Amino acid sequence: MLNNLSKKIIIITLFVLLLLSMIVSCTIGPETIPFGDTVKLMLAKLPGIKSFIDVTDIKNTHVQILYVVRIPRIIGAALIGMALAGAGVIFQGVLRNPLAEPYVLGISSGAAFGGTLMIVTGVSFKILNMTSVSIGAFLGAIITMYLVYNIAKVGMKASVTTLLLSGIAVSFLLSSMVSLMIALNREQVEKIVFWTMGSLSAIKMNQIEVIYIPILLSVAVFIFFARDLNVLLLGEESATSMGIDVNLLRKILLFTASVATAFSVSVSGIIGFVGLIVPHAMRLVVGPNHKYLIPATILSGGIFLIISDTIARTIIAPSQLPLGVVTAIIGAPYFIFLLYRSNQVKR
Amino acid sequence: MHSITIENLNWSYDQKEILKDISLKIKGGLFTGIIGPNGSGKTTMAKLLSKLLKTSKKTIFINNEDLSEIKIAQLAKSMAMVPQTTNITYDLTAYEVVLLGRTPHLKRFQQESHKDYEIVKAVMEETDTWQYKDRLIHQLSGGERQRVIIARALAQEPEVLILDEPVTYLDVHHQIQVMTLIKQLSETRNMTIVTILHDLNYALKYCDQVMMLHDGKVFKYGEPTEVVTKENILHVYDLDVSILEHPVTQLPLVVF
Repeated sequence: MLNNLSKKIIIITLFVLLLLSMIVSCTIGPETIPFGDTVKLMLAKLPGIKSFIDVTDIKNTHVQILYVVRIPRIIGAALIGMALAGAGVIFQGVLRNPLAEPYVLGISSGAAFGGTLMIVTGVSFKILNMTSVSIGAFLGAIITMYLVYNIAKVGMKASVTTLLLSGIAVSFLLSSMVSLMIALNREQVEKIVFWTMGSLSAIKMNQIEVIYIPILLSVAVFIFFARDLNVLLLGEESATSMGIDVNLLRKILLFTASVATAFSVSVSGIIGFVGLIVPHAMRLVVGPNHKYLIPATILSGGIFLIISDTIARTIIAPSQLPLGVVTAIIGAPYFIFLLYRSNQVKR
Repeated sequence: MHSITIENLNWSYDQKEILKDISLKIKGGLFTGIIGPNGSGKTTMAKLLSKLLKTSKKTIFINNEDLSEIKIAQLAKSMAMVPQTTNITYDLTAYEVVLLGRTPHLKRFQQESHKDYEIVKAVMEETDTWQYKDRLIHQLSGGERQRVIIARALAQEPEVLILDEPVTYLDVHHQIQVMTLIKQLSETRNMTIVTILHDLNYALKYCDQVMMLHDGKVFKYGEPTEVVTKENILHVYDLDVSILEHPVTQLPLVVF
């Protein structure tokens, strides 16, 4: 087991890697933009120092590609990766179940249902720069979570098992409704499928402006409750006897993690695996103490999604792969490797 | 020393009465055992005393303070609870588990201080678990783990310690070890200890006071030798036993 100092060093390293991966990813694409120019163009957007940066010598097409296409997409990947991985570690901690992930309470199928409904009905409007599909997905996610929680609730509290089971039941119901809508609307199938497999290709800066505050606030809430989650590792009764209001903690964290997930899904579609494997990978690196686990997971989630999205947009350029496919193809074997290695160590 | 006063306590679950009109005073600084057959309300009693279940106002008083008025975060500074089993699947070390016992005394972002580490070391030495401090909690044997959990409870610096069948799942060697530890804590720390027990002989050997529950009522409460008798056991457990004298300790010994 690593000592606490090396865990802190890992977190700082991950932070540096996150910034670095953002810059490197900006340089990669059909049009390669030099590293130095990328850094300059990024710094030129920061208030305070922009007057000291001279960007006049950089090609105008590069400026356009970076500001309009790549930067929004990479910031989006970082934010969504942070939100999904953070929500994953929270769901696993608060439900005390290692298989829990951001979509476990039916959130993903709720979002898919809401988004698909908007696509097939052709309803089109915009609120706060969010398209009707995004808003449908967001509402679908939140309403489904609320529904699942209330189905599972007996008296004052919901037990973890009934919560997971009602999540699965509602999930199946909504997924088959999505399949039904696909079957009845063959001409929209590509649009729906691409969206239910996740993609950041359509993300715009004005969408980032909508999601970044709720996501960063949620992340702050996750970190705020790190110690409570550690106490909850000892069991619900022990946690209560150690002064934690388990019921209230569960409500706050389930709500916050669901909101973070819903905001992510609303702009990117459903990206699987991030919320499951990143927390587990980090648990193997820094251990189960949430004080280190939460920050490490959030930062790695951002890095993981930036790398995955860079692959998704470059590997078969000019076409793009669905992001959910890339995260699963990288994520699943890596996860199996980690499990295999940790079994080796334990034996 | 914190006494526990119970006044007209009733508790029902789904219209089924579990505890009926209980009133008694558990003296501070003593080791009290709760015995009784399955379904007599022992666990409910322990959960109500430790506020895992919430009861109505003015029924339970800890050191003359109404338990229903004490916030659980506040209560955790003066009362600790050891459950029957603690199932921790994540890779926490014994030391980390005991350190979590300091949580009630720490503010949200406050780092553990030198004093907290001192307390953790002291309670781990007291429970003879310092040797396992770097071992993972789920790799310890049942008896070792239960002593770590008791150390975690002690790290809360409680005045009152409540244990729910702490030895039920242990082998006889570890049962004696844990019971001896609890007895020793009661003597050296002057804590008020309430323990649910199944083994009547442990109640006789280790407890200062015994509460015998029957059908949700306190059937008898008092000195172990006055409570654990042939007549009471026949009445409460519907079991005809013999009471012999232990050849070495001269204590009464229940034989089935």
